[in-house]
Amino acid sequence: MGIYLSVLVLLPIAALLAQSTKGGTAAFWREVSNPEAVAAIKLTLAVAAIVVMINAAFGTLIAWVLVREELPGKRVVNALIDLPFALPTVVAGVVLLALYGKGGPVGIDITFTRASIGMALLFVTLPFVVRSVQPVLLELDLSMEEAAASLGASRLTVFRRIVLPALAPAIISGVALSFARAVGEFGSVVLISGNLPFKTEVGAVYIFSQISNEDLPAAAAVSVLLLLCALVVLGALTGLSHRRSRHVR
Amino acid sequence: MSARAWRLGLRTVALGYLALLLLAPVAMIFYRTFEGGLAPVWSAVSAPNAVHAFWLSIELVAIAVPLNTLFGIGIALLLERGNFRGRALLGLVIDLPFAISPVVVGLALILVYGQAGWFGDWLARGGIQVIFSVPGMVLATAFVSLPFVARETIPVLRELGTDAEQAAATLGASVWQTFWRVTLPAIRWGVVYGVVLTTARALGEFGAVSVVSGRIEGQTQQLPLYVQDRFENFDATGAYTAAVVLALLALATLVAMNLLTRRTRSRTPV
Repeated sequence: MGIYLSVLVLLPIAALLAQSTKGGTAAFWREVSNPEAVAAIKLTLAVAAIVVMINAAFGTLIAWVLVREELPGKRVVNALIDLPFALPTVVAGVVLLALYGKGGPVGIDITFTRASIGMALLFVTLPFVVRSVQPVLLELDLSMEEAAASLGASRLTVFRRIVLPALAPAIISGVALSFARAVGEFGSVVLISGNLPFKTEVGAVYIFSQISNEDLPAAAAVSVLLLLCALVVLGALTGLSHRRSRHVR
Repeated sequence: MSARAWRLGLRTVALGYLALLLLAPVAMIFYRTFEGGLAPVWSAVSAPNAVHAFWLSIELVAIAVPLNTLFGIGIALLLERGNFRGRALLGLVIDLPFAISPVVVGLALILVYGQAGWFGDWLARGGIQVIFSVPGMVLATAFVSLPFVARETIPVLRELGTDAEQAAATLGASVWQTFWRVTLPAIRWGVVYGVVLTTARALGEFGAVSVVSGRIEGQTQQLPLYVQDRFENFDATGAYTAAVVLALLALATLVAMNLLTRRTRSRTPV
């Protein structure tokens, strides 16, 4: 097992770290401060930040409807939430293009826009918040909400003061996973975004094109930087989520 | 606003969002594929490169999934039943493939097994080509689908506890006997669930395989790469047909996941 893990994961990760630190901090800095790289990293982080905020809102709403509302065909809808995890990412891109791309039936064309990147990322990260909020909502005691409502609290007040604090840790951890996924996403974005440098080129696509140009030092440096961003956000938000869940209980 | 209006509003927004983002696009691709009748679909499915891509996908799955299943069960046992320093660290390492971009996985593999990589000379002398050939695609596929079996088996093992295993050991069962007759039957649905997720991920992997495969038509193109190839060559029917094949496999995965979830109680899969 040790050999398998080394051959498959450990050695490659070590090689990546070695490559990115080969020339020291100066070389690393030079690679990641290349204007095209900077534009790609900024775009990736900005779109990912917007996408996770939309996920937080809609993911919570969808989880709420699935747990608390009576719906015909609820089981099917619930099963479909996992579709983005089961569907290959490149198919996700093609699917979005078939409806919202050029010559599509709705008459809009999102190809080669930044909005298309956001849409692809929303598609592939949809399940994270829904699936982390759902179990918490199922366990939530209704009596608190009923008590608040009977004391005259409005629907919004009940949600804001009672439901939301209880769900916050789950929402945050779903957001963290979405963010890590969004920062590294490649397959769903590559066909739809057009990959125009300085405009619609995300980090993963930039890395891919540097590998194709055989500029491995540049690819490795940006890879490590994006990986660090994902891990730092993942770690910080997971820590926050744990702290909040202790606080609530 | 009345309670009824509220609930109706919430439902409409939630379901509308799902319909616009998920359902309508997926339904559209089925419509687009079959709008010209079955003849073009059939010729797209039976194109030599499509057939080759399909079998290559099956080959990658047939190698990567059994390896990851054995490894996943072993790691799960090690993490849940073992007692050694660095257990937490090992748990983190197992989850790494979830946090790393597929493109970066491909790059990392090139840096070890590529021509200029750590083992490049050594592999070249042995006449083995890993990168831009099938072995590299196997490595990439196995890397990205590594954590699923372990992740799904660990909670089942934890819940199972060690009582039955200890009883078996007390009654004189060997370690192997205990594993085959006590532990494995108890965790099998968790393992199967992990295998389903591993297979879906292995079939659909794109980024990592794209980097290491060289994307040579009829040689190192599995199905997702073939979808991209057709799309970039303006062969909409070919791209949509291959995408529909993959989408059908994804739907089959969902059905399998749901059947298994019912078997293993009401667990929400993540």
